[in-house]
Amino acid sequence: MTTAAAAVGERTGSVRPATMAQALGRALRDSMAADPTVHVLGEDVGTLGGVFRVTDGLAKEFGDDRCTDTPLAEAGILGAAVGMAMYGLRPVVEMQFDAFAYPAFEQLISHVAKMRNRTGGAMPLPITVRVPYGGGIGGVEHHSDSSEAYYMATPGLHVVTPATVEDAYGLLRESIASDDPVVFLEPKRLYWSKAAWSPEAPAAVEPIGRAVVRRPGRSATLITYGPSLPVCMEAAEAATSEGWDLEVVDLRSLVPFDDETVAASVRRTGRAVVVHESSGFGGPGGEIAARVTERCFHHLEAPVLRVAGFDIPYPPPMQERHHLPGVDRVLDAVARLQWEAES
Amino acid sequence: MTVQELPGTAAYRPTPPPAWKPLTDPAPLLPDPEPYRVLGTEAAAEADPELLLRLYAELVRGRRYNAQATALTKQGRLAVYPSSTGQEACEVAAALVLEERDWLFPSYRDTLAAVARGLDPVDALTLLRGDRHTGYDPREHRIAPLCTPLATQLPHAVGLAHAARLKGDDVVALAMVGDGGTSEGDFHEALNFAAVWRAPVVFLVQNNGFAISVPLAKQTAAPSLAHKAVGYGMPGRLVDGNDAVAVHQVLGEAVARARRGEGPTLVEAVTYRMEAHTNADDATRYRGDSEVEAWRAHDPIQLLERALTGRGLLDEERIGAVREAAERMAAGLREQMNADPVLDPMDMFTHVYEQQTEQLREQAARLRAELEAGHDESGAEERR
Ligand SMILES: Cc1ncc(C[n+]2csc(CCOP(=O)(O)OP(=O)(O)O)c2C)c(N)n1
Repeated sequence: MTTAAAAVGERTGSVRPATMAQALGRALRDSMAADPTVHVLGEDVGTLGGVFRVTDGLAKEFGDDRCTDTPLAEAGILGAAVGMAMYGLRPVVEMQFDAFAYPAFEQLISHVAKMRNRTGGAMPLPITVRVPYGGGIGGVEHHSDSSEAYYMATPGLHVVTPATVEDAYGLLRESIASDDPVVFLEPKRLYWSKAAWSPEAPAAVEPIGRAVVRRPGRSATLITYGPSLPVCMEAAEAATSEGWDLEVVDLRSLVPFDDETVAASVRRTGRAVVVHESSGFGGPGGEIAARVTERCFHHLEAPVLRVAGFDIPYPPPMQERHHLPGVDRVLDAVARLQWEAES
Repeated sequence: MTVQELPGTAAYRPTPPPAWKPLTDPAPLLPDPEPYRVLGTEAAAEADPELLLRLYAELVRGRRYNAQATALTKQGRLAVYPSSTGQEACEVAAALVLEERDWLFPSYRDTLAAVARGLDPVDALTLLRGDRHTGYDPREHRIAPLCTPLATQLPHAVGLAHAARLKGDDVVALAMVGDGGTSEGDFHEALNFAAVWRAPVVFLVQNNGFAISVPLAKQTAAPSLAHKAVGYGMPGRLVDGNDAVAVHQVLGEAVARARRGEGPTLVEAVTYRMEAHTNADDATRYRGDSEVEAWRAHDPIQLLERALTGRGLLDEERIGAVREAAERMAAGLREQMNADPVLDPMDMFTHVYEQQTEQLREQAARLRAELEAGHDESGAEERR
């Protein structure tokens, strides 16, 4: 895998506050400028600049052929991207919202994920599918799904999700440069999160597939990603008053999964909680807990716990705060890690 | 064309292919080149006065409803509202052509059609307020849930209409979709099923010019959306979507045709979205004022008002009475929407399955314990 972000060096830029949405837009722009085969397509990505304004200005700068408003048809968009990639382009597709990507599942699962394998490696598909996902923004029905488990369960796809402004830039550039298809999940409620940021900083970003320790600690590990990272950071701060020194691991990439970083952390701390907002049953947490248990069994002082959304269709916005795992639920789980006391 | 004979070989005589002709004569299926109109033509003089007045009252009430709902978004009482201002004639006609036993399949923009069909104005808004996905019993009102994923309700309408016919029931389904939604695969599959099954369905496309920011020209290369019907073997009809009488007539004929067992019709109503896509959208990014103004001069309420006053069916007094009724509806809506809905978080767990699973019972108990302990359930709220 190439590290496209490392090639960004031409610009000099000052550090100033940017939102995650702006960093994503910048990553698209820089990728398009660096590689004429990169094309952006989707609903409202042109004149409007996307409903979240991530693609703002791209059509103006690169023209309608490089940043294209498509007819309103997700299967068509992704299916066309397959053909474009077969002919040597690098399409970056925008799905407007998590639940509106579902019409494209046939293309994603039967073709995007399998083309390399079906053709004995002769035909890789360098497609990036950007999907805004998750809740917490007061969206009505079908605007808040966490669909990562469906993607994770499909061999052949990379599944990536940034939680910081820097990662939004770096990981998106990596994803576009990847010769494998990437489902790039953008946590909607972090679109407007800000950081002092310079586009040069993420030149240090590693290829996708690496987790990072966002906060070192000794007494337990919180394993999380995307929209739940800020929740975990806040929980870790709050837990200090209870005498807990929590380590927080940001996965950044769900597929490939960074077993090394996660296992190393859990071996240090001996305890782990997986935190995500998608439903728990059949969700990412189950897979992660199993992997951690397999690798760290003798180091564990307590079972690996999961804090997840309830096993319900995403509730109406007025109820979502009850559904989304917040700081209190994470702290409750941390308290339950004092396993010996119970058994 | 002549077939060239190759020197030295016997004359080549191509075998003609077997005779072929289309199953259906496309000519009667083709839409008129111009949208059908009644208002402003001589035909308006023949329209039933009672119907005209009924349409008028519903249009005025509908516009007031749109204005009130939009105002409620500004006060934070509604999460979002996709206004149908400018499109009221389509909404109202769709509701009024149906018999009580018929079914309506609306999209997220069609709150007004649901209200015009008799749904309580507040119940119609729960999806957009954010307290309930669907605030009414679809079976009771024969209105499917307002549908957010585009075009996905269309195959449902086909299936329901087909089922009704299999049962021998005299029921028609009317399904509404936007111009953008006609690009989705579900639209094509629904039309095809409906035509093959001769299902008693009417598809109403409200072509309001845009799918969020994307204009019709980037959505389709077809001469009109009504033309799409022909390829499936059903008639396509083109109508002026701001002419309430014309929309009512065309839909009425399509419904009657479906009821007679003659199969589905695709109706394209040409109209315009006067407001932004929703209150959250900035329409100035993709369209200019002059276009909006041109459509303002073709306003559905004014068109009908002119015809009615021309025929002496409407005077200042009657207009006043209609407006007052609309005002009362708006005041009632305002008042009811200003009260916080009473929500029970346990409801999240009750309607996932018929029998609550053990797992969901446990999760519900955990949430109840959290609430009793006075935890703020999550940090999501504060962080917003
Ligand atoms: C399957 C699907 N894709 C994308 C969306 C996001 N979306 C909501 S409304 C809209 C535009 C719809 O335009 P149109 O069908 O013309 O209806 P209008 O809004 O004009 O009434 C889009 C793209 C969606 N709701 N469903």
